Amino acid sequence: MTEEIIISGFGGQGVLSMGKILAYSGLVQGQEVSWMPSYGPEQRGGTANVTVILSNQRISSPVLNTYDTAIVLNQPSLDKFEPLVKPGGTLIFDGNGLHRLPVRTDINLYQINATEYAYANNSSKTINMIILGGLLKIRPIVEIENVLKGLKKTLPPRHHHLLPLNEQAIHTGMDLIMPYAV
Amino acid sequence: MSRKSDEVTLMKGNEAIAHAAVRCGCDGYFGYPITPQSEILETLMEIEPWKTTGMVVLQAESEVASINMVYGAAGCGKKSMTTSSSPGVSLMQEGISYMAGAELPGVIVNVMRGGPGLGTIQPSQADYFQATKGGGHGDYRMPVLAPASVQEMADFTVLAFDLAFKYLTPAMILADGIIGQMMEKVVLPPFTPRRSEEEIRRECPWATLGKTQDRNPNYISSLELRSEEMEKINLRLQKRYREIEKNEVRYEEIQCEDADFIFVAFGTMARVCQKAVEIAREEGLKVGLIRPITLFPYPYNRIAELSEKVKGFISVEMSAGQMVEDVRLAVSGKVPVEFYGRMGGIVPSPEEVLNALKTKLL
Amino acid sequence: MNVKDIINPANLVYEKTTVMNDTPMHYCPGCSHGVVHKLLGEIIQEMDIQDKTIGVAPVGCGVFAYKYLDIDWQQAAHGRAPAVATAIKRLLPDRYVFTYQGDGDLAAIGTAETIHACSRGENIVFIYINNGIYGMTGGQMAPTTLPGMKSTTSPKGRDEKLEGHSLDMSKLLMHLDGVCYVTRQSVHTVASVRKTKRAIRKAFEYSMMNKGASVVEIVSTCSSGWRMSPADSNTWMEEHMFPVYAMGDLKDIE
Ligand SMILES: Cc1ncc(C[n+]2csc(CCOP(=O)(O)OP(=O)(O)O)c2C)c(N)n1
Ligand code: SF4
Repeated sequence: MTEEIIISGFGGQGVLSMGKILAYSGLVQGQEVSWMPSYGPEQRGGTANVTVILSNQRISSPVLNTYDTAIVLNQPSLDKFEPLVKPGGTLIFDGNGLHRLPVRTDINLYQINATEYAYANNSSKTINMIILGGLLKIRPIVEIENVLKGLKKTLPPRHHHLLPLNEQAIHTGMDLIMPYAV
Repeated sequence: MSRKSDEVTLMKGNEAIAHAAVRCGCDGYFGYPITPQSEILETLMEIEPWKTTGMVVLQAESEVASINMVYGAAGCGKKSMTTSSSPGVSLMQEGISYMAGAELPGVIVNVMRGGPGLGTIQPSQADYFQATKGGGHGDYRMPVLAPASVQEMADFTVLAFDLAFKYLTPAMILADGIIGQMMEKVVLPPFTPRRSEEEIRRECPWATLGKTQDRNPNYISSLELRSEEMEKINLRLQKRYREIEKNEVRYEEIQCEDADFIFVAFGTMARVCQKAVEIAREEGLKVGLIRPITLFPYPYNRIAELSEKVKGFISVEMSAGQMVEDVRLAVSGKVPVEFYGRMGGIVPSPEEVLNALKTKLL
Repeated sequence: MNVKDIINPANLVYEKTTVMNDTPMHYCPGCSHGVVHKLLGEIIQEMDIQDKTIGVAPVGCGVFAYKYLDIDWQQAAHGRAPAVATAIKRLLPDRYVFTYQGDGDLAAIGTAETIHACSRGENIVFIYINNGIYGMTGGQMAPTTLPGMKSTTSPKGRDEKLEGHSLDMSKLLMHLDGVCYVTRQSVHTVASVRKTKRAIRKAFEYSMMNKGASVVEIVSTCSSGWRMSPADSNTWMEEHMFPVYAMGDLKDIE
């Protein structure tokens, strides 16, 4: 099994850390993993993305131009990555602020309004965990318990009291995500 | 340092270099921030090795200062290193040439970005000529290692020091922005203590540690005004480079046994080409990959051997075509040698390079 | 006043300098760079020297200054702006030549070029943006970083025993005979912006009077590098930067 994922959004939406948690979860499960971020000053407010690959074999290229799954959290990311999802693949988008919605019919489309939910519930810091929960509902590529172990590794100990909150966000995401029909 | 050496962790290539340096008993790190490798200095400042192994870490005022700090530390027989990216490594060329001339061991890491000039911070491999053909003045070469994974970033830090001290030469790790920035699994090298001054006195009798009664003063210099003597120094250096060429060639082959066509690529491009090989094999095309690990010394002989049985090579680089010249030297006209590259920080995709192979060689 | 009155040219109270174009700036919200750009544009417009001014951009966040001010620019290697500016001024002595440099550029890698251009008394203006950190590369320690101040390469706070003391370049440069004017300003309040504008204008004028080099240091914020909101950055600057880098003229040979 190899899962090639791109996660893309505005810097500050937790894109890179969502990828990191996924990568750590893969590590905990004994998989091969690679995490390749876009880097540079564009992270200051511009668009940031990260390619995460989880596999049972040695990973060849850490950079790709087609993906099994794309998670897009803003318009530029949707515009850029929708065409790059492999036919039969999956696209998950957060509807917040989008003015043009996905159009492809040969891939599986899912909407998750994590941003809206998080702001309504005063928990903007958990947006990425909500989305991660949504991803795991439809593509259970890693076990939730391993995600929590991975999260523990990425969070500094002084933030470990936030773990239950994050677990809850994962479950929220699982409830929030829904298929989107063009 | 609490980590056991066999523990698998996830980290960036840049972080792996920092941790590996501390673990292999490095005495001094000197560097100046520049994207995409600032995490090396940042990681060292975070883990504060001066409190554990006693390793010195200093942010210099420039790369010119950094490399000359390495010169000074190396002159004392200490294991020292600096890291930078292309524009900074250009500034270091004088110091590297002086280290080669003074026969000083030290490690320089170049996490390449696109040039010329200030260029871009995105990945590139366009410093191949500079690294392998003697970027500074004078007749010198140095071992150049090209890591293609985070694991190799860690492993080659250790290896580069070994080569530097074995052959008394600066040694370079030539990585790129992708290998520096990406996270992968890594097993850090086992912990080796820093050498004591006694050990350094024994292993590096030339080091300037203070003149003792039992020896003449030591001096570190690359100056020799008498031509005959200067030529002798050059001959000694050349002899050493031939030895390095004989002993230290390293490469990896992937599915070359039955290959009709072979990609030649190093670092990140080798990873991309490996994926292209996978796709090609699925399509029934017999394609392989040779990945030079040492760029100096270059695996000329192995490529020459392969050229006896394949139909063609394509060198794939993030440059306008630099390593391809060495592939042509090795192949020596026996079969076609093509080139495909992107510049400006663009990383070609696996499909793109496979397509290039098909259009140029099939 | 209704809308018609407001847009009536006769009632115009403020107009953006025409030397500054409409290119969206890459600077972070609240960054001092943008304000200083505007002042340069205004001065160049008021002195009517757009055709006679050549700027030298650094490596640092100011690297793209040439995108925003419609004058001729050269972009120099990291720290080398004073050398580049020296040659421009020597070969085109009737032109106004200034460098625009951050503290990493001017006070770390380019210290030698800065000191020697000043010591030679080059008739150029140094616009020196001192935000105490490397902004462009993501917030590393600069020579100007305050003792105890956190940065990505002094994560526990700058330790003077290990990392040295804060370098006060203006204090150092004022002692050089080739320097005619050294002043330290800021742009975080209306009053300070006005004062800075007067200082830059004076420096430009001095450079045509062949009095030697002028240094206008602008103590600045870098909210991204400091990891603070722009408003907090201003307060932090007043409370922590100003005691070390005191405002006012350090040297003025009239
Ligand atoms: C030779 C060289 N070394 C390092 C760099 C990386 N670099 C770019 S900007 C910069 C420092 C910027 O800091 P500063 O001059 O204080 O300006 P600021 O961004 O804070 O405005 C550095 C180290 C470079 N471009 N070239
Ligand atoms: S990083 Fe700092 S200096 Fe650079 S634009 Fe942002 S606030 Fe300004």
